[in-house]
Amino acid sequence: MQSIVEGKGINKYFGEFHALKDIDLNVEEGEVLCIIGPSGSGKSTLLRCINQLEKIDSGGLWVDQELVGYRIDGEKLHELNENQIAKQRLATGMVFQRFNLFPHMTTLENVIEGPIQVLKHSPKETREHAMQLLDQVGLAHKADSYPIELSGGQQQRVAIARALAMRPRLMLFDEPTSALDPELVGEVLTVMRNLAKSGMSMIVVTHELGFAREVANRVIFMDGGQIIESGEPKAILTNPSNERTQAFISAVLN
Amino acid sequence: MQSTHIPHGKGADGPTLQNRDLSSYNVIRQKHYGKFIASIVILAFVLALLHAFANGNIEWEFVGRFLTSKAILWGAWNTIYMSILAMALGTVLGVVFAIMRMSSNPILRYVAKGYIWFFRGTPLILQLLLWFNLALVFPTLGIPGVLELSTVDVMTPFLAALLGLGINQGAYTAEVVRAGLISVDTGQYEAAKSIGMTRLQSLRRVVLPQAMRVIIPPIGNEFISMIKMTSLASVIQYSELLHNAQNIYYANARVMELLIVAGIWYVAIVTVLSIGQSRLELHFARGSNHTK
Repeated sequence: MQSIVEGKGINKYFGEFHALKDIDLNVEEGEVLCIIGPSGSGKSTLLRCINQLEKIDSGGLWVDQELVGYRIDGEKLHELNENQIAKQRLATGMVFQRFNLFPHMTTLENVIEGPIQVLKHSPKETREHAMQLLDQVGLAHKADSYPIELSGGQQQRVAIARALAMRPRLMLFDEPTSALDPELVGEVLTVMRNLAKSGMSMIVVTHELGFAREVANRVIFMDGGQIIESGEPKAILTNPSNERTQAFISAVLN
Repeated sequence: MQSTHIPHGKGADGPTLQNRDLSSYNVIRQKHYGKFIASIVILAFVLALLHAFANGNIEWEFVGRFLTSKAILWGAWNTIYMSILAMALGTVLGVVFAIMRMSSNPILRYVAKGYIWFFRGTPLILQLLLWFNLALVFPTLGIPGVLELSTVDVMTPFLAALLGLGINQGAYTAEVVRAGLISVDTGQYEAAKSIGMTRLQSLRRVVLPQAMRVIIPPIGNEFISMIKMTSLASVIQYSELLHNAQNIYYANARVMELLIVAGIWYVAIVTVLSIGQSRLELHFARGSNHTK
């Protein structure tokens, strides 16, 4: 199996705050990795570093076999410019906690925006693909609605379709259900479960331990900017060896 | 706790809260004596004002005659034309300088700040006079030895008015555009980035269209005040509405009549623009709460 994400000794600072401490990470193609941990543990930051919404301060990060943010030239690392970074981002799709749909565009327009504007695909073919994706997330009938007319769960499903429309190699989910009313969580998780079944590589930052147990191949527990524990979902979630993991899991379950 | 008794009404023998039937009561409407008296006073004042103008020393016949005279129409056209051009120049400059002002490059930021500081800090009429009299400082313009033009020939009243009004407007518009850009949630930039957009693409496709909702109403206001600010260009001989009206009354001494003519045209133009403005606002409100 090839790695889709490889990280070695990643450090990230926000001013004085040491957000990520010497993170090593390996995600294989087709793997579904769930990252759990208390807020401020660095899990979202790690995710944002992978698609370069944040820049790492030291260490190396490879996404889809490409060094993130730099071009290697002999002994030198050349910083990539903005357009090159935008190109690298195409390998990943991102789903945000607060959906971040474009409010001035309809559902369909949200989904076709990237393929048409960035990839320069033909509008007709893109539309067909977009309708297929909307059908997949169960929202083909909402193609002409504006985001404000949709529920949170529906908006998040459109956001997933928008990310998938770019045909990414890896999907990143940043607490995709945390901003949802409890009764809307299920529909989003269902879409994600189906996506996992289709073989998509996924990294999911989540508090949904049930989802992690059922869908993930591997679970990572992060705290204080470090990976505390990593392993099979069952092992981590039911029988964690580290006491911080134990404390977190019992806190979430109660 | 002094008492657990809950009073039912003012009267001791009154019906209880539960069995009181409100439909049998007469409703006594609130009296607005103050409003009534104020309305009478204002109405009387307006009537007196109308009466004064109708019987004052104004030849209304002149107003009618000059309202559609060639010089006035030409002046009105120049006012509209100059407003549109100056506003266009001001908007382009405003967007460019707003983006510069928010740039991570400190030099771009300070240039933008300096521009806004200077052009907001000096009176417009002074700026117009500066542009118009540029020949006093630079007798020729262009690249020495390649292309040299006499400044007096280049800096016509038209160009001086356009530069003066447009560049001054840009300083104000820059601040309006900046407010609009700030109003868009950072999540929108991130979402645009996450689908592979560059900074310029996300500005053009995602951020600016949303910022428009915040930008359009004040820009509309500024367009309306631009219509009236063009009248300042009369001091540098640009033949806009007021300038032409003045030229006529210098000849025939019908000062009040021609000022009224100009006033009617200004009001008419602004009214049409206000209607256009509300249409535009509706367009950019797509997907926001207000359309529903």
